[in-house]
Amino acid sequence: MKLESKVPSGPLADKWDKHIFDLKLINPANKRKYSVIVVGSGLAGASAAASLAELGYNVSCFCYQDSPRRAHSIAAQGGINAAKNYQNDGDSVYRLFYDTIKGGDFRSREANVYRLAQVSAAIIDQCVAQGVPFGREYGGLLANRSFGGAQVSRTFYARGQTGQQLLLGAYSALSRQIGLGTVKMYNRSEMLDLVVVDGHAKGIVVRDMISGKISSYAADAVILATGGYANVFYLSTNAKGCNVTAIYRAHKKGALFANPCYTQIHPTCIPVTGDYQSKLTLMSESLRNDGRIWVPKTKGDKRNPNSIPENERDYYLERKYPAYGNLAPRDISSRSAKEACDAGYGVGETGKGVYLDFTDAFNRVGKAVIAERYGNLFEMYERITGEDPYSVPMRIYPAPHYTMGGLWVDYNLMSNVPGLHVLGEANFSDHGANRLGASALMQGLADGYFVIPYTIGDYLANHGKVKVNTDHAEFRKAEAEAVDRTKKMLSIKGKRSVDSIHKELGHVMWEYCGMGRNEAGLKTALKRIPEIRDEFWKNVTVLGSGEEINHSLEKAGRLADFLEFAELMCTDALNRNESCGGHFREEYQTPEGEAQRNDQDYCFVSCWEYKGPGAAPELHKEPLTFESIHLAQRSYK
Amino acid sequence: MNNTAVARARSFPLVLVTSSIAKKFVMALTGFVAFGYVVGHMIGNLQIFIGQNQINAYAKALHSMGPLLWLVRGFLIVCIVLHIWLGAQLRIENWVARPDGYARKKSLKTGLPARTMIWTGALIFAFVIYHILQFTVRSTDPRFEELFDTLGRHDVYSMVILGFQNIWISGFYIVAVGLLCFHLSHGIWSMFQSLGWNNKRSERWLQGFAWIFASVMFLGYISIPIAVLGGFLKLPGGVAL
Amino acid sequence: MKLTLHVWRQKSRDDKGRLEIIEANNVSTHMSFLEMLDVVNEDLIAKGIDPIHFDHDCREGICGMCSMVINGVAHGHQKGTTVCQLHMRYFNDGDHIFIEPWRAKAFPILKDLVVDRSALDRIMRAGGFISVRTGGAPDGNAIPIPKDDAEKSMDAAACIGCGACVAACPNASAMLFVAAKVSQFAYLPQGRVEREKRVSAMVAQMDAEGFGSCTNHYECEAVCPKEIPASMIAKMNREYCRALKKETCGESAKSWAGA
Repeated sequence: MKLESKVPSGPLADKWDKHIFDLKLINPANKRKYSVIVVGSGLAGASAAASLAELGYNVSCFCYQDSPRRAHSIAAQGGINAAKNYQNDGDSVYRLFYDTIKGGDFRSREANVYRLAQVSAAIIDQCVAQGVPFGREYGGLLANRSFGGAQVSRTFYARGQTGQQLLLGAYSALSRQIGLGTVKMYNRSEMLDLVVVDGHAKGIVVRDMISGKISSYAADAVILATGGYANVFYLSTNAKGCNVTAIYRAHKKGALFANPCYTQIHPTCIPVTGDYQSKLTLMSESLRNDGRIWVPKTKGDKRNPNSIPENERDYYLERKYPAYGNLAPRDISSRSAKEACDAGYGVGETGKGVYLDFTDAFNRVGKAVIAERYGNLFEMYERITGEDPYSVPMRIYPAPHYTMGGLWVDYNLMSNVPGLHVLGEANFSDHGANRLGASALMQGLADGYFVIPYTIGDYLANHGKVKVNTDHAEFRKAEAEAVDRTKKMLSIKGKRSVDSIHKELGHVMWEYCGMGRNEAGLKTALKRIPEIRDEFWKNVTVLGSGEEINHSLEKAGRLADFLEFAELMCTDALNRNESCGGHFREEYQTPEGEAQRNDQDYCFVSCWEYKGPGAAPELHKEPLTFESIHLAQRSYK
Repeated sequence: MNNTAVARARSFPLVLVTSSIAKKFVMALTGFVAFGYVVGHMIGNLQIFIGQNQINAYAKALHSMGPLLWLVRGFLIVCIVLHIWLGAQLRIENWVARPDGYARKKSLKTGLPARTMIWTGALIFAFVIYHILQFTVRSTDPRFEELFDTLGRHDVYSMVILGFQNIWISGFYIVAVGLLCFHLSHGIWSMFQSLGWNNKRSERWLQGFAWIFASVMFLGYISIPIAVLGGFLKLPGGVAL
Repeated sequence: MKLTLHVWRQKSRDDKGRLEIIEANNVSTHMSFLEMLDVVNEDLIAKGIDPIHFDHDCREGICGMCSMVINGVAHGHQKGTTVCQLHMRYFNDGDHIFIEPWRAKAFPILKDLVVDRSALDRIMRAGGFISVRTGGAPDGNAIPIPKDDAEKSMDAAACIGCGACVAACPNASAMLFVAAKVSQFAYLPQGRVEREKRVSAMVAQMDAEGFGSCTNHYECEAVCPKEIPASMIAKMNREYCRALKKETCGESAKSWAGA
């Protein structure tokens, strides 16, 4: 298989403009003759659906929540990056591009990242015009804060609810189009399969989560904006419903899965308290602007943190990375916390936690200012832990948060299956092996507002004339398979609940394919996962029927795909014999314990092709070539 | 866009009785007129403490307004009818909006006055009818028609005292006025909120003001029956029945 | 600790539904309310009983999916908190807890505690937006916005659309929800361009959905997990008054309604 990234030729800065000019156009009156399916209504999905409808396409949008406004983009707290240089601190498109490439440990596609940085400024303008109430200075201009992995202030924010506000902006644009009848919205509808006709993505199979009816929808192109797969760990900061099904089903229909092992573990989450835990709560990384992270210098020190004197505290990030200090990138911060806890310095009942201390910030600017900056986060912490972070340092621990891997896409955000486009977290393209804070919102909106509206026209102009409807044999077949799978899950009637099996899978993945990975562990995982999968297909219990709201059935369907996907993830992690970004292989580290990249052998995107049930996936490589930067060892010291 | 809904919302004056918010405006404005009347009526009534001459002269002056009096009365009646009609309509719509209630429901902020507006309103209406029959139409007591003072004016002063000397009538009056002020304690500040003349800062002030005002009105109104029952207001010498 | 739950069970939209008593054992004080229900559901599944269905997703208080009335209070008694962030440390061993769905004609019950809140989406479609297309927006700093206005707008924009205001309102009115959206835009220069049309369209749709009217009980404000004040409703009323004035003075807005 030949992977064509379709990156245009020419100088980096001119590629996108040149490409836009080269793309085929569809005249405005003809756009209404084309239909597009958008799955997912988060930042990428909602912005894409709204923008395409504004252009005149017939759009259908699907989401599993009861309203498109609830997609998990809503939970992003800290902010969105944009190369506006409003602070006059030396920011530029090139710097944002460089920071993102470097933050991603040189494992992303250069041209895509540059384009992301280029369109970033327009995103802010668009959102302001939509009525997103970004934080402002007294002069009435937009305010910025700094974020991990950057030495400039380029992050725009709306208190600690930036994701919510951006999503509501996109949702309002989407709502307007739904009201105008240009978008048909399907709430509480879950995609169960992709339908490929003659090699082109032509539709999807969907379960109506209220009636349970499984039916098909056809269109001239399909867009998946279905988010990431961090719930493979069971415990993550993702919403409970986030799942891999849409992209994994597409993978089984021929789409290549790129870099599944690149997962991001967020450094600042509230620690786990017990087995019943259903989800991990993130505390915005922006807290690291003012908070200092430390552990006691003595192992197992159970004293009240306030009574531990300054000289008995180890501010390990400041010690190890003096230039970036507490603002070191996420992968490094997370790993440092894990090292400290594994070595026995962890705090709290479980020993799995480090302190995030605001005492210095209180003394410097006062509690009132800190409360204004992070008040809602402090409240949230107190609600969940019952501790007052104004008087006792917060306890934090890393948690699975974001997945950089996803379906492989070319420069047009189209997968190797023609007509299947993938946006936002669901694709692999922009963050390499590690994503910088405040870049996910940027990417989701860039893809939806400013990339797909141009590139999808090219596909439709070339291939959109072949019309297929849901009577086609491929649709019938996919629908019948989905019905059978559902029936099978309902008929097992075993002893174990879906959640208990998911937890088991999560433990294995966190243990062997989490923050630190090694060959032996990954091999263990690869042995355990098929066992858990067998257990699922033999012993799961799903009560009720398929013809009603049935949460167990929904969860079972998602878990079934996670159970296959987990194996792919471990296979990829085992295959990548280097450490880079979020993928830390313990065998490959520098003497100081930093990630040791291997550019000689692994400067490529791992693209996995599904070869049928039970068969090993086949690896294809897209070599990463860097025209304008040279690869360097990441250093934040 | 739901065009029918929008079109309906936009046709004036129908909008005043169809749109939920416009209805609130009408409730607030008619409520305000009724409130204004209640204040004026109390000030008028309190003249009884100045003496027989004062109150009888005041009554005579009012009655000599002729058509103007009927104009004012007509306006008042229209406002009160609108207030009652919309109030009842809102109440019914609000019941319809929640056909099945909760097994357990706790109120966190709302008070008894707000929750009983429709009932206090209905009782006040019943009282007003009686009150008009008693003192305006004078059909409840045959003696009232025959009361005249030395200047030949209708003797309102004696009528009021005679009326309130009956403890049942006084008691009913006090309860009704209590309900009225209870109604007002929610109505007065609610009026500001409904018309949008409220914000986070003014809220506490308006609510406090409403309570104080309602209490003052209550005291003002009940002072008359209490003064009669307590013997502070006595029938003048010429009246003997 | 041990709890006795009185949970609303209803098989489907057409089912009558009833409160059922379910015992919850092994409840830890560190659990969130939903985690407690997860544990109860695991027990029920083990016994072959259909688990309690309830809406939930992000479990961090922002998606607005979770929705239940706990002991008569929407989202439970903890101020400014969604059910997913309500923790069991605020309950006592042996407590009886009543768990009911949002109740309003405009929110039909679909199953157990799951209700259909699409009416709120339809209100948004009627006018909960600024009519801008993607592209062509002026620079974000082209129009300075006073910090105070931006903050007030953000106070309103914090609404998560959970519908607790409707559930708590004695009249099942959605005015706090609508007021939050109307106010968010009314405080911003970008939103003022179509302020009159927005408020009248949204209010008309709200009425058409069968929500009740506001009679100033302030129960909405008391349960709102984002503590949006009822004074926003006064703001909406002002906006509506403005719209009435403009529209009755003969200015037609038909082109916008159809656009």
